[in-house]
Amino acid sequence: MSVTEQARPIEVNQETGAAEAAPRMVIRDLHFYYGNTHALKGINLDVAEKRVLAMIGPSGCGKSTLLRVINRMYDLYPGQRAEGEVMLDDMNIVGSSMDLNTLRRRVGMVFQKPTPFQMSIYDNVAFGVKLHEKLSRAEMDERVQWSLTRAALWDEVKDRLKAPATGMSGGQQQRLCIARSIAVRPEVLLLDEPTSALDPISTLKIEELIDELKKEFTIVIVTHNMQQAARCADRVAFFYLGELVEVDAAATMFTTPKERRTQEYITGRFG
Amino acid sequence: MDNQGESEHIVKSYEQELGRLKALLTQMGGMVEAQAANASRALVEHNSTAASYAVQDDLAVDRLEREITDFAIRMLALRQPMAADLRLIVSSMKIASDLERIGDYAANVAKRSLVLNEMAIPFSLSGVANMCRLVQENLKNTVDAVGEGNADRALEVWRSDIMIDDVYSAIFREQITYMMEDPRNITPCTHLLFMAKNLERMGDHATNIAETVYYAITGDIMPSDRPKGESSFTVNRHNGA
Repeated sequence: MSVTEQARPIEVNQETGAAEAAPRMVIRDLHFYYGNTHALKGINLDVAEKRVLAMIGPSGCGKSTLLRVINRMYDLYPGQRAEGEVMLDDMNIVGSSMDLNTLRRRVGMVFQKPTPFQMSIYDNVAFGVKLHEKLSRAEMDERVQWSLTRAALWDEVKDRLKAPATGMSGGQQQRLCIARSIAVRPEVLLLDEPTSALDPISTLKIEELIDELKKEFTIVIVTHNMQQAARCADRVAFFYLGELVEVDAAATMFTTPKERRTQEYITGRFG
Repeated sequence: MDNQGESEHIVKSYEQELGRLKALLTQMGGMVEAQAANASRALVEHNSTAASYAVQDDLAVDRLEREITDFAIRMLALRQPMAADLRLIVSSMKIASDLERIGDYAANVAKRSLVLNEMAIPFSLSGVANMCRLVQENLKNTVDAVGEGNADRALEVWRSDIMIDDVYSAIFREQITYMMEDPRNITPCTHLLFMAKNLERMGDHATNIAETVYYAITGDIMPSDRPKGESSFTVNRHNGA
């Protein structure tokens, strides 16, 4: 029996590394430019539905850029442009006709540092929902509870929903940001180093949360922490200098990677 | 074990620890090789001093096994190794445990040779001597494969274990014949059979190590169709025993 066979309950073709769960998002020949800098060089990648994909690689390898592309964050900056396809169903995220409001509802994002708004815990979660949906008070209460419960925060804050969010601990703030992201019920959740500013226990809580969230959401996480990618992800993609070097089941990537560059990076030999 | 000229770790102390682990394995391999050589000398040359060395060395080999296991566990906890490093560290524990077993069997052979030296043996020991030589050779190649991180050499060991199995079956047949010829041979022949069995087990553990080395280096497991020699079970039947 090979080490990889029973490690994860995901059906992965061991030969090609292709996830046999249906792809939720399909990236084809994606290029990205920061002005004259060619930051992503022809990325082809399938993101499987209701699975966790971790993107790893040294600084400047393009993993955060890819996350920004999936969320069209680059629209805010002149001189940055994407070519190719990021297909979410029949909608090309990087296409010119893409409606950003629709995109923000379907693809949620959580950043490295917790970014709570200067308002109450309740309003933080309700804020995004109000932009997209007209809910009655009772429905909104229900949605806020649903989100906070899924973000594993409800029990800690249910008695102080009107308290300012900025008074929470860092770990709680980050889980609040996750609650805010999932409140609009996106299909894809992007996490950009969500635990890099957190203590180890808060980190484990977020990782446990990711395990729960993947039952309902397709998750893409960028992390610098290899062990975190190993613990959380079903599949891992290794990027280097704007290229996707290797993508495979997490268990395979961390025990028997095929590419020498992957091997050297994950064992700490360059980076 | 080396990973085919891979570059060095960014963290030097990690690199040094991996180096120390490999050095400990080589050291243990060398000790077990010496143990096997002494056991062989004890048996073939009736050398009681060699026998006592083989028995005494067992303690040091056991200590080294514990040291390697402790060190490997420590590295797993503190370094959280990945890929080739992870395979090497986990493999070192398996290799140390196989080497320890080989040492045990060598000590057993040495102990029995002391008993055998007190008896009159009216037949040749050339078959067992031949087996000793083959096992030592395989063991040496195995230890070299560990030291050099050489997957090809490991594959060689793995393939050549069939010869040891064949010699074992021949000895089995031979000893049964002697016992049938003269019941007074039963005691020395039984001792010899146990020794041959111990030698055969030493060969098996060397094969295990070869498999482990191969996995540690390549990340693949060896093909499952290893050539197998004639089993002593069938020999038994041929002799009507």
